[in-house]
Amino acid sequence: MSRALTFHIFRHTPGNPDSVPHLQDYSLEEAPGMTLFIALNRIREEQDPSLAFDFVCRAGVCGSCAMVINGLPGLACRTLTASLPPEITLLPLPVFELIGDLSVNTGKWMRAMSERLETWVHLQGEPDLDAVEAPMDPDLADEIYELDRCIECGCCIAACGTAQMREDFVGAVGLNKIARFRLDPRDRRTEPDYYRVIGDDAGVFGCMSLLGCHDVCPKGLSLQTQIAYLRRAMVRQGLTGPTRCL
Amino acid sequence: MKSAVPLSLSFCPARLDAIQSASGLILALFMWLHMLFVSSILLGKEAFWTVARFFEGYFILGRPFPLLVSLIVAAILALVVLHAVLALRKFPADWHQYRTFWRHAHRFPHSDTRLWLLQVITGFALFFLAPAHLYQMMAHPEMIGPYASADRVWSGHFWPLYLLLLVAVELHGGIGLYRLALKWGWFMGKDPARSRQRMKRGKWILTGLFIGVGLLALGAYIWIGIQHADRVGERYTPEWAKTETADETPLQPGPLLGSDARFAALADPGHPSSIQPAAEARP
Repeated sequence: MSRALTFHIFRHTPGNPDSVPHLQDYSLEEAPGMTLFIALNRIREEQDPSLAFDFVCRAGVCGSCAMVINGLPGLACRTLTASLPPEITLLPLPVFELIGDLSVNTGKWMRAMSERLETWVHLQGEPDLDAVEAPMDPDLADEIYELDRCIECGCCIAACGTAQMREDFVGAVGLNKIARFRLDPRDRRTEPDYYRVIGDDAGVFGCMSLLGCHDVCPKGLSLQTQIAYLRRAMVRQGLTGPTRCL
Repeated sequence: MKSAVPLSLSFCPARLDAIQSASGLILALFMWLHMLFVSSILLGKEAFWTVARFFEGYFILGRPFPLLVSLIVAAILALVVLHAVLALRKFPADWHQYRTFWRHAHRFPHSDTRLWLLQVITGFALFFLAPAHLYQMMAHPEMIGPYASADRVWSGHFWPLYLLLLVAVELHGGIGLYRLALKWGWFMGKDPARSRQRMKRGKWILTGLFIGVGLLALGAYIWIGIQHADRVGERYTPEWAKTETADETPLQPGPLLGSDARFAALADPGHPSSIQPAAEARP
């Protein structure tokens, strides 16, 4: 027998001066295999076409549909309503700029983080496009690929106590990217270069190891291990650097 | 988020982070040992007397030197100050941050996030509770012994401070050690998620154990203190040591009195030494 679901959904459009933040209730009959993504589409199609939320891939790959589901950040397309109680509260991800209702601008935040940390491969020189690509050890390629599975959905940032308090904190998504480029033999950057971008309280030393990021990551990335590894590496770098601090 | 990158490279953040962790580790381990030493009262007065005299160097130097205790306490106090200064970097800095984190912890059902809040609250409490205890111990190192400590706990009205201190320090230290292991990736093994669950369970078991033992020890001091309330100032000395040393505090000025003699003096209001022992034991 299908359940009657009640959704309490955050509604607010910052661009509209008449808009007041509030929770709006919607009722829906649960269907077999229903995800939150399906439920939200049905609400929008059948009850309220003004409801704003993001989605692209519907398969947990793009990270667009991240939202706070009964307090926990997660992907709407990967969350079965059957795994939730009949009362479901949906909020937009905190920290990120609100576009409207459940839609937030993660791209703006991610871009700023990416520019700050320079999250791209810094090549030794101009690449020779005609040359055969240098081989990479398959195990190392797997390790890099594992870290590259991050979809920048923003769940780790929404779950991070430090990111909530400090707007300059790069979060697990940023630290994971640095961990990924440190592994890449094509990147010419050395430890002092990485220390320069994450060796402060806005970087790895700002992490308080609450591990909300690790616990909510929809891709199951080993953020706990990566952050601890980076911290040890950056402390080693810090302890061997010049003694002058200030 | 802000996209500015610090132009000058400072290695201070790395060192501060390492020092904060190291000082926290030392303090937490010291607290566990301290709790075991203090709880030796549960094995009897003589056991605690032996522990107290041991730290005064009695069994190595032949006579007790309470100054050694003062030096140890001073070192611990310095470490507490250092750790507190460094930990302040992680505290919410203003009302906005406090409110933001409080709301986050409230709406986000995540035990480690809420544990951190508990760590901050107990850490804040320790700013006030720990120095009160440490200064007392540093200034009066000779006042450690089965009767002297029990008198301080009960007749000196220190038991509320010790009760709060016990709960705050065990919670704070336990959470701190657990977080240290996560922070630096210690004891993760092949399955970090499982190791973390085990560590968290172990942390709660140890915290519960130490709080339980601490409560029993505090209860023992209160019990001894109540029994001893009419003889405040009398010091405990085991029978076998009475011939070797006068009492718990043989370095007191003036002629040394054996505990029996001092007790006799206390019991006799006309005795010339009857006032001094009671007065020196009063906190």
